[in-house]
Amino acid sequence: MKVLLSILRELADLPADAAEVALALNSLGLAVDAMDVIGQPVPGVVTARIVRTEKHPDAAKVTRCYVDAGDGQERHVWCGATNMGPGDIVPLATIGTAMPDGREIARRGILGIDSEGMLCSPAELGLAAESSGLLILPADTPLGVDLFQALGIEHDVLFDLDLTRNRPDCWGHAGIARDLAAYFKSTYRGPRIDTGRIGDAVSPAVTVEAVDECGMFSAAVVSGVVVGESPNWVVRRLEALGMRSINNVVDASNLVMLELNSPNHAYDAEVVKGFNVRVARGGETITTLDGTVRQLHPDDLLICNSVDDAPIGLAGVMGDQHSEITSSTTTLNLEVAWFSPDPIRFAANRHGLRTEASTRFERGVDPNAWGIAAERFVTILRETSPSATLHAGATVVTTSGLPTPSVVTVSAERVCALLGVQIPVETMVNLLNPIGYVTTASGSTLTVAVPSWRPDSTIDVDIIEEIARHYGYDNIGKTVPNSIVHGRLSLVQQRRRILRQVLVGLGLDEAMPMPFIAPGDLTAVGLSEDNTMRIVNPLAAEESILRTSLRPGLLKSVVYNQSHRAPRISLFEMGHVYPKGKNPLPDETEQLCVLVAGGTVTTALAQWNAICDALSVGAQIDQARVPAGLHPTRSATLSRGKQAVGVVGELDPAVAMTLGIEGSVSVLEVNLSVILAENPKPVQAKDINRFPSSDIDLAFVAPDSVTALALQRAIRQGAGARLVSVDLFDVYRGKGVEAGSRSLAFRLRLQEPQGTMTEASIAEVRDACIAAATKAGATLRA
Amino acid sequence: MSSPADPRTAIAEALASGLAQIAAASDSESLRVLAGALTGKKGDLSRVKSSLGGISDIEERKAVGQDVNAALAAIESAVAARAEELVRAELSVRVENERVDVTELALSAEASARRGRLHLVTQATERLEDVFIGLGFQIAEGPEVESDFYNFEALNMPPSHPARSMWDTLFVESDVEGSVVLRTHTSPVQIRVMQEWPPPIYAVMPGRVFRQDTPDATHMPVFHQIEGLVIDRGITFADLAGTIEAFTKAFFGSGFTSRLRPSYFPFTEPSAEFDIMRPDGTWIELGGCGMVHPHVLRAGGLDPDEWSGFAFGFGIDRMAKERHGVEDLREMYSNDVRFLGQFS
Repeated sequence: MKVLLSILRELADLPADAAEVALALNSLGLAVDAMDVIGQPVPGVVTARIVRTEKHPDAAKVTRCYVDAGDGQERHVWCGATNMGPGDIVPLATIGTAMPDGREIARRGILGIDSEGMLCSPAELGLAAESSGLLILPADTPLGVDLFQALGIEHDVLFDLDLTRNRPDCWGHAGIARDLAAYFKSTYRGPRIDTGRIGDAVSPAVTVEAVDECGMFSAAVVSGVVVGESPNWVVRRLEALGMRSINNVVDASNLVMLELNSPNHAYDAEVVKGFNVRVARGGETITTLDGTVRQLHPDDLLICNSVDDAPIGLAGVMGDQHSEITSSTTTLNLEVAWFSPDPIRFAANRHGLRTEASTRFERGVDPNAWGIAAERFVTILRETSPSATLHAGATVVTTSGLPTPSVVTVSAERVCALLGVQIPVETMVNLLNPIGYVTTASGSTLTVAVPSWRPDSTIDVDIIEEIARHYGYDNIGKTVPNSIVHGRLSLVQQRRRILRQVLVGLGLDEAMPMPFIAPGDLTAVGLSEDNTMRIVNPLAAEESILRTSLRPGLLKSVVYNQSHRAPRISLFEMGHVYPKGKNPLPDETEQLCVLVAGGTVTTALAQWNAICDALSVGAQIDQARVPAGLHPTRSATLSRGKQAVGVVGELDPAVAMTLGIEGSVSVLEVNLSVILAENPKPVQAKDINRFPSSDIDLAFVAPDSVTALALQRAIRQGAGARLVSVDLFDVYRGKGVEAGSRSLAFRLRLQEPQGTMTEASIAEVRDACIAAATKAGATLRA
Repeated sequence: MSSPADPRTAIAEALASGLAQIAAASDSESLRVLAGALTGKKGDLSRVKSSLGGISDIEERKAVGQDVNAALAAIESAVAARAEELVRAELSVRVENERVDVTELALSAEASARRGRLHLVTQATERLEDVFIGLGFQIAEGPEVESDFYNFEALNMPPSHPARSMWDTLFVESDVEGSVVLRTHTSPVQIRVMQEWPPPIYAVMPGRVFRQDTPDATHMPVFHQIEGLVIDRGITFADLAGTIEAFTKAFFGSGFTSRLRPSYFPFTEPSAEFDIMRPDGTWIELGGCGMVHPHVLRAGGLDPDEWSGFAFGFGIDRMAKERHGVEDLREMYSNDVRFLGQFS
């Protein structure tokens, strides 16, 4: 919202320093996004007429100008511009003038000929960002007067405020001025009103059919109007505030809206004799002021001409092109209304038409402001049309759609308890009344009549906020609550952090791909797209699916990094996946994916083992369940019975080929929602067996169909209670071992629970192991 | 060797010969063998000892016996001394043989033990969590795909509430149109925490949030926020201001201060923006905060007459961006290992 300091100053007494006003605005919650000084005068610049010009033979690019600054004296000035000629009235910066760019005008000229000042362009005077040539003034401009005075330029400051949703009143300068006046404890005057003579009562016909959407509709008649141009100050203010000048009637109407947050519309009373407010009928159209023919929706609210019930405005949004004021209009029917915010917002959205009016109506305007709005309208209009006369007898229709003004009671104790500061009841009253919250105190109970321009205030905390705002947030102390809660990470959070440290310890970099993927991304990596959920309004089709696996996104990172010839691509991601479930919300879980370019199944297994060790978890490695998208013969599912907690292995070479990935990629995926949630019991200390241990080595030849894990399990079973550990220490394929089999050598450490292993007990274990291994399908290697 | 006539001569000869051989021993192993031979049962001195029975004179026999023992002791100490010499010599040879260029090894692949890097956002999140834990907060989490109820309605934004337009929401397909969203802020976790945790509640809620924003240098459609929620008896606006101040000093440093400015959020009232002042007097606009709105407390199952509280929230990505001088937010999500690898 753009705000002019000059208008604020008319409405209230404010400090001279604009920076002080800016600080106040910020303190009040009316955040100043930008503050621009406009029309900063340059003292010493006066109007002057060029009497004659001449060229100098040694200075081709400049002209000698002789000017008259009103005293009849001819002054010589060198000038580099070319757009001027004798008779033109131009700005003359006299000797000693401090220019906006910091230069001081000196007498020194060129070729030894002095210059008695400088003729100026708009840019040089700070009146335009850039310009070519001198500023040429109207021919009737008096000579020798201050340029800015001659131009009618008012020194002003333009604030750009970032207004919050709860302050509809600040969409008019009056709301801001009222807040500032309270802040500075000065007077809020309101707009200057001078209606002159009030005309005889005339009451235009008004009917409101759409009572829910239109809470108040007023129509006042203004006669004796001469349509013409607006005064300079009106044009200048409108333009500074981002609106175009049309004519004195439309401009007065717009300025009233900007000043008082009262959107209004002046119709030619000869054409529009009265009004009906209703919703649109099927098939109706309207041609709005922007020239667009709009098909109307049954929810669209219309202002219609009572003469023929034809629409003359899309209520609260934009007027109809055919009901515009013309140059021959002499009598106005001035409409000021209150529309329910939601229907206006929906209509503006429906028609993609956000206007100054709709912006205000959808936030909430003051339904009681119609009178002052009409008076201010006439006051402005009378500057150019002195015969304009406001008539008594305005028609005002209010309906059940108009909200009842809130009266809120709040206890002073509650105010103090919520803010944490002791504020006397009397102070509270004195903070609320200046901003229109009519407050009376009875004991410690405040009864607050909320002003009609603050529809956001309906309950006690709304009042408490106003008290806090005007008491000053900075004046409320800073305390710290006495918490009995102790800060800590939850078990899951602790384990997540341990896991992260394990992963970076393994040399892995954490990546964070987008959780959105493109259609086909999952199938491209061999995964199913069946249980995915789609985004209704994605930014792009490539980001329209919620991922059900981290793998596609992280593989894209591998591809990206390979394409940049990165030497080491070891990535992990911990993030959510969102598969469709039985509930409206997805079965969201947290997953880990680890990819190492050039890595093998061994790489992934080492990572998994490190995780198991750090988090005291485990799973069966089930190669019979080949994970989708992974290498068919070099991958396994990490399972807990039927439940899969992850996958381990290498990327399916077919997938790698599709994605254009070079070499192998190790893959480890773990369902962290399962793994991190586990709470391993504290390990109980066991007595260290101090009897001597014995090691034996056993090598078996086993066909490939017998897994190493199965063989180890058999050995473990065979060895029984004496076994301390069994480790696979050698795998051999080749000469001496028949094809399709390999030799697996295990080292067993044996220990008697009580006593020393004897030759006989060692032999007993050895035989039992061999028997168990044989049963599992292996034979002792000779 | 024939038995010498005079045992003393035999002892002297055996000692002299033994010492000579010890001195000549060239390595530890041959010394060990030699020592065994010289002092063992078949050694010359042992033989003298075993022939002592032939000396009839008791005094003489005793004296010769002592001489043998002395000779044996001399042999043993010579062996020990020589053994130490040899070990030292052997070690120095070995040490020389083992010489390497340590810098060469330092450059080798085997010596590379590079630690991975946590994402900048994770680093920032952990730092923030740690500061809040120190201030007595616990950490809460919630789903990233949310229902309309938690993301909007429970936060005092009933259906079609105009304030919903403060966020450009991404909607997820569902049976009831618009009922499932990608959470636009971490605030829905407030409601979940109120429903699940018995008060008092002192919690921060970091997490991923989503907006329908085209990526540019300062915006991403996916980014991260941290939300704070305190619910207790008698919590005040001054407590909010004080907690923001305590966080400011703990996280940024003792030279930093904070201020609150009035603002508006549907879920808090009074609401504020909070700014941080750097030691040089410049300000950082950090986030929003306020007293939890009574409607929100009720949605969380709490009685506003019994409990009060405050909430605050701000972006994490920007903290990481500014701390590390990252020019463009998109870089942080490029997953380029050349970028990721910089931040140890």
